Amino acid sequence: MTYGDRKAGAWPEKIHEQADEILKRYPQGRERSALLPLLHLVQSVDGYVSDEGIAFCAEKLDITKAQVQAVSTFYTMYKRSPAGDWLVSVCTNTLCHAKGGQRIFDALSAELEVGHDESTPDGKFTLEHAECLAACDYAPVVTVNYEFFDDMDEEKSLDLVH
Amino acid sequence: MPSPRQASDNVLSKLKPVLTKRWLSPSAWRLDVYEELDGYKALRKALRYRPGDLVEFMKESGHRGRGGAGFPVGMKWQFVPDDGQEHYLVVNADEGEPGTCKDLPLMMNDPHSVIEGVLIGAYAIKASRAYIYIRGEAVHAARRLRHAIAEARAAGYIGKDVLGSGFDVDVHVHSGAGAYICGEETALLDSLEGYRGQPRLRPPFPATHGLYQKPSAINNVGSIAAVPHIVLGGAEWWKGLGSENAAGTMIYSLSGRVKNPGQYECSLGTTLRELIELAGGMEEGHELKFWTPGGSSTPMLTAEHQDVPLDFDNVAKAGSILGTTAVMIFSDQDCPVVSCWRWIQFYHHESCGKCTPCREGNYWMVHVYERILSGQGKPDDLKLLEDACKNLLGRSFCGLGDGATSCVTSSLKHFRQDYEDYIEGRKQPLFHADMIGAH
Ligand SMILES: NC(=O)C1=CN([C@@H]2O[C@H](COP(=O)(O)OP(=O)(O)OC[C@H]3O[C@@H](n4cnc5c(N)ncnc54)[C@H](O)[C@@H]3O)[C@@H](O)[C@H]2O)C=CC1
Ligand SMILES: Cc1cc2nc3c(=O)[nH]c(=O)nc-3n(C[C@H](O)[C@H](O)[C@H](O)COP(=O)(O)O)c2cc1C
Ligand code: SF4
Ligand code: FES
Repeated sequence: MTYGDRKAGAWPEKIHEQADEILKRYPQGRERSALLPLLHLVQSVDGYVSDEGIAFCAEKLDITKAQVQAVSTFYTMYKRSPAGDWLVSVCTNTLCHAKGGQRIFDALSAELEVGHDESTPDGKFTLEHAECLAACDYAPVVTVNYEFFDDMDEEKSLDLVH
Repeated sequence: MPSPRQASDNVLSKLKPVLTKRWLSPSAWRLDVYEELDGYKALRKALRYRPGDLVEFMKESGHRGRGGAGFPVGMKWQFVPDDGQEHYLVVNADEGEPGTCKDLPLMMNDPHSVIEGVLIGAYAIKASRAYIYIRGEAVHAARRLRHAIAEARAAGYIGKDVLGSGFDVDVHVHSGAGAYICGEETALLDSLEGYRGQPRLRPPFPATHGLYQKPSAINNVGSIAAVPHIVLGGAEWWKGLGSENAAGTMIYSLSGRVKNPGQYECSLGTTLRELIELAGGMEEGHELKFWTPGGSSTPMLTAEHQDVPLDFDNVAKAGSILGTTAVMIFSDQDCPVVSCWRWIQFYHHESCGKCTPCREGNYWMVHVYERILSGQGKPDDLKLLEDACKNLLGRSFCGLGDGATSCVTSSLKHFRQDYEDYIEGRKQPLFHADMIGAH
């Protein structure tokens, strides 16, 4: 979902409602626990954790923007700049690496002409190395927007981006 | 005569599907199917006991944690004080240890068993809230759990006055955001409280000072999913399924150079030789060279260790750790040096940066590995690696730092020659020195 015409600070009612639902999962006075889910929420709207997203979380939880920023930068899944429509993550941890994960990464990198954590100029794809994705029995593993593709090879992974 | 690739009857008898039993039933993740397959019977039974009796029962069963350290589940629950404060049950579904891949299929195929275990555990420790902290990338499993929780809530298993017992409980799924360290239980708690996931000093353990500094039991997905089975089957039955000091079955996650990688649930104490046979043998043209009994943080073993019973005590005697029974199998076509390089890159990337030995030690080890692999290594480099490990092991703030040393020291012990081949120019460098800025 995208809300392209959103002005800074003006979040759709639906997002406010979702945020309030998330807050209810935690005990009263412990709302800060909702920070990670809220960051996921704002990222799902903007495609990355934007300044507006940070402000939104800070306001909902009554903490400072610096506090939100400090948390968001700790976690790999929160992107700091606009990511492509499709986030292609290739596991290159040892087991997948042994079974061809690096070759897959290199093939995708050559095809898309981007390196790790880079996006194609048309904004379609972002490529990244991933660490073990807990699916080693299906190695080598590639995910596209966190949907898992098992037992990959160079050819099959190139099909994913064609 | 069976073909040599077919598992013999003898080894097939090692398979003991309990936690994985429902995986083959279509749609076992749906509440109605789960209920047909004995689902939520254990909860009904458990609610007839007093919470303290359940804790005692879990102690009797000898059930040990499946998150890697094997701490007795009943004992952990007993450490949660019965003091009228709010209590929490937290399920560790962060599954990040390289090689480990049992919890995600467990949550995908049989989510209600995890939830039923959560409900029984929460009742036993008198928690009225439970959180399942699941790694952020596992969007599919989180969705499935949420769906199952909604079903269970609608059916009266979750909420106020569960099945008329007077017990109130709520269960929520909380997604992480890509940080291996958040699997360490105290880092997980900080993350769940909305902070950067950095480990806390222990003791105090979470059992007394956990979520929001309140008494909390933190258990791995596999530890929890076994609970309903144990409640239904009985403590003696569970003990009988395992070996001495190691009750029950274990999901061995086989990955790498075997014909059929996957999850094989067997008695604790099954050997690698048997597991490889179950998995259809080694991949064609590959010969076993090294393997991990329980993930990247457990020292690697060699072909000589194929007959070690894979339980807590025997693996320790063989110089490694049972860990998460993530059995990664590598062959003569894989290089232990390259493998360690990738793992140390991983530990370097995932180090939370809180303590110097881990933050700096892993950083330097990555450089030394790259120097060696680019053909620029010096004979002293092996000593340098050993020294770095000495400064890490036992000196780091949490288990991540300790875990990082496992592959390095064990590979230096078993495969020193492979290192020397790079250093002395007998082996083609993996990459050119310029590419990585090695010096
Ligand atoms: N499943 C996975 O993806 C991963 C698993 N691991 C495993 O984690 C293990 C290390 O984990 P740690 O939590 O550092 O192990 P640990 O041995 O310190 O603790 C194990 C459990 O027992 C509890 N405990 C220990 N002593 C206690 C006491 N006196 N009172 C109350 N509770 C007590 C702890 O709170 C914890 O829940 C390693 O063996 C490794 O195999 C490591 C990385 C990832
Ligand atoms: C760096 C690190 C990462 C860990 N990651 C996990 C994990 O992903 N899942 C898990 O269950 N335990 C993990 N653990 C172990 C937990 O700290 C804790 O021992 C475990 O959740 C206790 O559950 P159990 O007693 O049921 O096994 C990790 C430990 C360390 C040191
Ligand atoms: S050992 Fe590593 S991960 Fe653990 S606290 Fe220290 S820096 Fe952080
Ligand atoms: S090593 Fe790639 S999924 Fe585990």
